[in-house]
Amino acid sequence: MAAHAKQKESFTTDSMKMNRIRPSTNAAFNVLFAVLAAIAIIPVIFVFIISISSEESIRLAGYSFIPQSLSGSAYRFLWNERGTILGALWISVVVTVTGTVFGVALTTMMGYVLSRPSFKLKNFYTWVIFIPMIFNGGMVASYVVNANILGLKNSILALILPLAVSSFNIIVCKTFFRSTIPDSIIESAKIDGASQMRIFTTIVLPISTPVLATIALFLTFGYWNDWFQSSLYISDAKLISLQALLNNMMKSLDYLANNPSAGLSLQQYRNSMPSESVRMAIAVVIVIPIACVYPFFQRYFISGLTIGAVKG
Amino acid sequence: MSAKAPSAAQKRRRSKWTRDDFELSLLGLPAFIWFVLFSYLPMFGLVIAFKKYRIFPQQSFLGNLFLSDWVGFDNFKFFLKNNTFGMLLRNTLGYNIVFIVLNIVVPVGLAMMINELYSKRKSKVYQTAMFFPHFLSWVVVSYFVYAFLNPDKGLLNNIIQSLGGERVMWYSEPKYWPFILVFMNLWKGVGYNMVVYLATITGIDTSLYEAAMLDGASKWQQAKYITLPLMKTILITMFILNVGRIFYSDFGLFWQVTQGLPNSLHKVASTFDTFIYSALQGSTPIGRTAAASLFQSTCCCCTILLANFIVSKIDKESAIF
Repeated sequence: MAAHAKQKESFTTDSMKMNRIRPSTNAAFNVLFAVLAAIAIIPVIFVFIISISSEESIRLAGYSFIPQSLSGSAYRFLWNERGTILGALWISVVVTVTGTVFGVALTTMMGYVLSRPSFKLKNFYTWVIFIPMIFNGGMVASYVVNANILGLKNSILALILPLAVSSFNIIVCKTFFRSTIPDSIIESAKIDGASQMRIFTTIVLPISTPVLATIALFLTFGYWNDWFQSSLYISDAKLISLQALLNNMMKSLDYLANNPSAGLSLQQYRNSMPSESVRMAIAVVIVIPIACVYPFFQRYFISGLTIGAVKG
Repeated sequence: MSAKAPSAAQKRRRSKWTRDDFELSLLGLPAFIWFVLFSYLPMFGLVIAFKKYRIFPQQSFLGNLFLSDWVGFDNFKFFLKNNTFGMLLRNTLGYNIVFIVLNIVVPVGLAMMINELYSKRKSKVYQTAMFFPHFLSWVVVSYFVYAFLNPDKGLLNNIIQSLGGERVMWYSEPKYWPFILVFMNLWKGVGYNMVVYLATITGIDTSLYEAAMLDGASKWQQAKYITLPLMKTILITMFILNVGRIFYSDFGLFWQVTQGLPNSLHKVASTFDTFIYSALQGSTPIGRTAAASLFQSTCCCCTILLANFIVSKIDKESAIF
């Protein structure tokens, strides 16, 4: 995208300059977009401010952009509860990493297979991935099968497997392979006696990093942000992910207080908890990695979508 | 999606099964197994919607399913005759129609506007900021909303009160929620959709605009006669994709943003998905819940086929399959 924009700029000729909008319109548009950008960002800043406001000032003045006093007590509290928090973080990371690797492997392999024009099962496999796009069993049937037949209840696999593959991602891959990898490379490798597995891993994958990045990012954000699978299948506190923890905390504020530290009664413990800011602090803990990372990967999301839009 | 088999392919199919085909089949096998387990097995699991599922002693789930009585379409009748059905249908379709229209009109408009900004750097900054909500989960967004709408401490009530107004119990006042839900849907999706449409707009050959300008076309005319017609394909694709999901709702939006859908908001914010989810968590017989779910996916299947059919009649190129 960046290269594209630069190229465009260098082509900017006088005639293009004449075809611009009026300066006043430009200013108005700038104001509009500045406002929209602010609306998109401000809630995060607001939640962050709440998380560092002191309990005292929240009690007196409510949530406010300019708290009367600041306090790190929410984060200190989270640090004291690091057993729970780090446990949830660990689950989130494990699920995101293994899920992404597993999903990328399955998706790209199938995408490659479907991109081979002379493959005999091509039509069959195409139908297999196409039908679920039109019709699916729905939430209940998936739940029944996953919980009762596949035995995924209270298993970390319930967080990983159901989200790993999607027909859309496979089609994105297939379209990419079809349009960027010349058949001649693959044919010549075959003549040299390479197996398809070898061609795929040593030739196709290394030159397909853009599509790998796109699929990996779709999956990474999908896994990191997932709370739904957890709410359906997980009741074991050991398998709670960060999102699920946040979700449960909205229901009962003292979810964290389930296992109070030794020496305090439950009541004392609850009183010691900066409850309002702690909620917001966990939300901040989830958002920060995303906020730091997404500007660098934004373009892959767009390229993925534009590849997918090309008909396969 | 090309499911058409040209005669050349048929010829190839008759030819010998090579080592190549074997290796490729093997390479596709893991994903194939995944689809069997997570897409096709649930389709057969739908049998449960036609059964009165009971638990028999010392039977596995499959045994129970097998022994349970067939009840034909009773479960469906129960769902369709339910008092809430009309409300669910109205909410699901109503919100989706509003979302589809707004999610095309607003982002396309904004994309055309942002494309006209003088400074490309500023445009990038705006895009990045507006894209951000797309990467958040609804759970996180629900906390953002809570910070504004909390009746005691929320920012909105603080402002209302400092202006001398009455506090509003946001989470039990149904009348505001259609607007809040539509606003949140737009808030989360508008940046993303705008960037997608912008990618199409920047791909348009600039000489078209220059020629139009030399012929004296105004910016409005250029937008109307060049940009919009050239965006037709992507607009129709997005339209079909969204219409195909018209019986589904964004579960997170309706469930999380309302804080688990309290009873007071049922009338304005319950959709098929929230109904099925709460039935699944509650004590509703599983067969009835499955019937509701099957009804939903069947309707979806029909609408997507119908939408695609209509589009293919109007303009063959734009149909998805």
